[in-house]
Amino acid sequence: MTTARNGARRIVPIIAGIGAAALALTACSSGGGETAAPTEFSYLSFAENTSIQDTLTSLSEDQCATENEALPLKVTTQPQASYDQQLQLLAGQNALPVLFASGNTPQVAKDLQQGGKLVDVEQALEDLDKSDAIIPAAKSTIDALYDGEQYVLPTEFNVEGIWYNKQLFADNGIEVPTTWDELVAAADTLNAAGIIPFSADGQDGWPLTRLVGNYLYRDLGPDALQKVADGEASLTDPEYVEAAAAVADLGEKGYFGPSVTSIDYMTAVNQFLTGQAGMFYMGSWILANFNDPSQNQIGAENIGFIPFPAVEGGAGSADQLAANVGVPLALSEASYGDDVAGWLGCFADNFGSSSLQNQGVITGFKVNTPVEDLPPLTQTVQDQIDQTTQSVLWFEALFNAKAATTSQTNASQLVTGAISPEEFMEMVQADLG
Amino acid sequence: MNRVLGDWRAVTTLLGPALLVYTLVMLVPIFWSLGYTVFEGNPIIGFTYVGWDNIAALFTDPKVADALVFTIKYAVVLTIGQVLVGYLLSLLYVFWLKKASGLIRTLVFFPVVLPTVAVALLFQALFAIAPQIGPVNSLLNLVGIDSIDWFASGATAFWVIVIMDIWRSMGFYAVLLYAGLVDIPEELFESARIDGASGWRLVRHIVIPLSLPVLFSSIIFSINGTLKVFDSVLALTNGGPGNTTTPLTLYMYQTSFTYGEYGYGSSIALLLTILCLLVTLFIFRSSRRDLTKG
Repeated sequence: MTTARNGARRIVPIIAGIGAAALALTACSSGGGETAAPTEFSYLSFAENTSIQDTLTSLSEDQCATENEALPLKVTTQPQASYDQQLQLLAGQNALPVLFASGNTPQVAKDLQQGGKLVDVEQALEDLDKSDAIIPAAKSTIDALYDGEQYVLPTEFNVEGIWYNKQLFADNGIEVPTTWDELVAAADTLNAAGIIPFSADGQDGWPLTRLVGNYLYRDLGPDALQKVADGEASLTDPEYVEAAAAVADLGEKGYFGPSVTSIDYMTAVNQFLTGQAGMFYMGSWILANFNDPSQNQIGAENIGFIPFPAVEGGAGSADQLAANVGVPLALSEASYGDDVAGWLGCFADNFGSSSLQNQGVITGFKVNTPVEDLPPLTQTVQDQIDQTTQSVLWFEALFNAKAATTSQTNASQLVTGAISPEEFMEMVQADLG
Repeated sequence: MNRVLGDWRAVTTLLGPALLVYTLVMLVPIFWSLGYTVFEGNPIIGFTYVGWDNIAALFTDPKVADALVFTIKYAVVLTIGQVLVGYLLSLLYVFWLKKASGLIRTLVFFPVVLPTVAVALLFQALFAIAPQIGPVNSLLNLVGIDSIDWFASGATAFWVIVIMDIWRSMGFYAVLLYAGLVDIPEELFESARIDGASGWRLVRHIVIPLSLPVLFSSIIFSINGTLKVFDSVLALTNGGPGNTTTPLTLYMYQTSFTYGEYGYGSSIALLLTILCLLVTLFIFRSSRRDLTKG
């Protein structure tokens, strides 16, 4: 008995100790990373995206050297696949970096904004007297994506459309198509000549659903998918199913090649750049590959760009270019102060020209220092952007992550005929919740 | 020794640290996850109490049904496949190759130590149709069959996963069962041979009954491992096309971390746990008698 009582006396402090340690740990986890002025300009990037990192680094050494002295740049990276998870973790701990890529879907930034964790960029730029730093086309894209608010920085601005092989078009006597029917006719001709009409990355799926989205915008007008997001229309409505059917029809005729499901991104790029395919739907970020002679065997001068063609009798028009802002960056509210504002001001002045000059990447920032010797293809795209006043988004832009995944992973089944257009739209609509 | 183990202080000192670590890294997260099942949300948007909604959703979500069917189908097919192939290999080692089996054993075991992602890439290339036609399709072409896009439909992709995982694990089961087979006393075979048994009858009446305990262990190993399949599917097909090759584990992962629905993800985890528990209980019950006999 005595031993037991002795023991009991001894175990009490142990338990108390464990309890105290546990409490200390919990305190740590909830209180860590409270708002304190940052000591460095931390930037969390997608590991796969090096162009923004490089632009930031070159800015920190050149135009933004003063800001860099006050708040030195520090870049960390996270693979895209686990990025959202990392952001959730950091946000939960109040430990968001000063500047970060805003996640795999626009929804991530929206959630962060709801939690009051992001800087209102529009207001911040106005305070700095640099409201015109972001070009109108990029502003309109961000407005459409983020419910009319501006809390991200367009460190990339891409327009999307159909790139075509001029040589193959000329050889087969094809005129540049301006309507959907002409596009299908062009595909018929190419197919008959033994050329794959469309090179498409079916493994990732999104290049296929982009076609569905564009068809919807052309047929039903620029608000087609906003209506779905607002619950005013459903993807299962016949006019929406028609778009999926139009793309499925291309697949049924074999216009995406014999094995679209197994084609990955780089294979699709290669198919087009080696002249095996006549057309390629892609965003303007692909210019980096097009301007690289070691990859581009058909020659940059042989590539033309057409906006997604109009659908006869549709409410949309071909000059409403599909556009996106890539993965825009966001600023953490918790660490926003004078030093960070200094950086933002420097971005506003220099990001656009630096990115275009050094990386060849078109951004949503105004190009304040003219860039000489742009590759002609890049210049063409830049001109297109300057002419664009209204842009449209892509199919999954306003979807939640679940519906976006369902759409992209089932896209290849839509074009191989494994699922019907009705089933496809039903599945996506079901996950929209 | 008895005195040491009778002394609770010694027991606490010896077990305490391990128990504490186990509690912190295993039990706490398990109950934490269980707690999530009645909430919905993620660290960004916060959590709200939803009661039984998540559990109820399990019964109406067609993707859960698909994933459950795939998981069970995969577990059954793969368990039969890997234990059967492993058993045949072990019979080959013991009765045919005998002492010379060392090299073959090592070679067959080799895939077990390879990283899953590397194996998945290898099989993607083997069954590829683009950018190049892979060896499997080339073989089919040789005998006059058109190339098949193996990853274009769930039905064919399923068999590629099965073939890959059997190839990956057969060496392990062969060695496991081999260990059981070499334990059977040589005299038994001799006396059986004297009684006129040979070939199939020898296997049927001596080898199978005497290796039953280790065979059962293999099946339990296999079922429990295959119900929790994740890495090989993720690396080979990522659950696609669509969700036709998505097991519960992958759906749970996507729900929690891609869709940011921690609560629903935890509910799927709970379903998987119950499934594993039921299967294990079932196997233990049906095998208890045989194990003691063996």
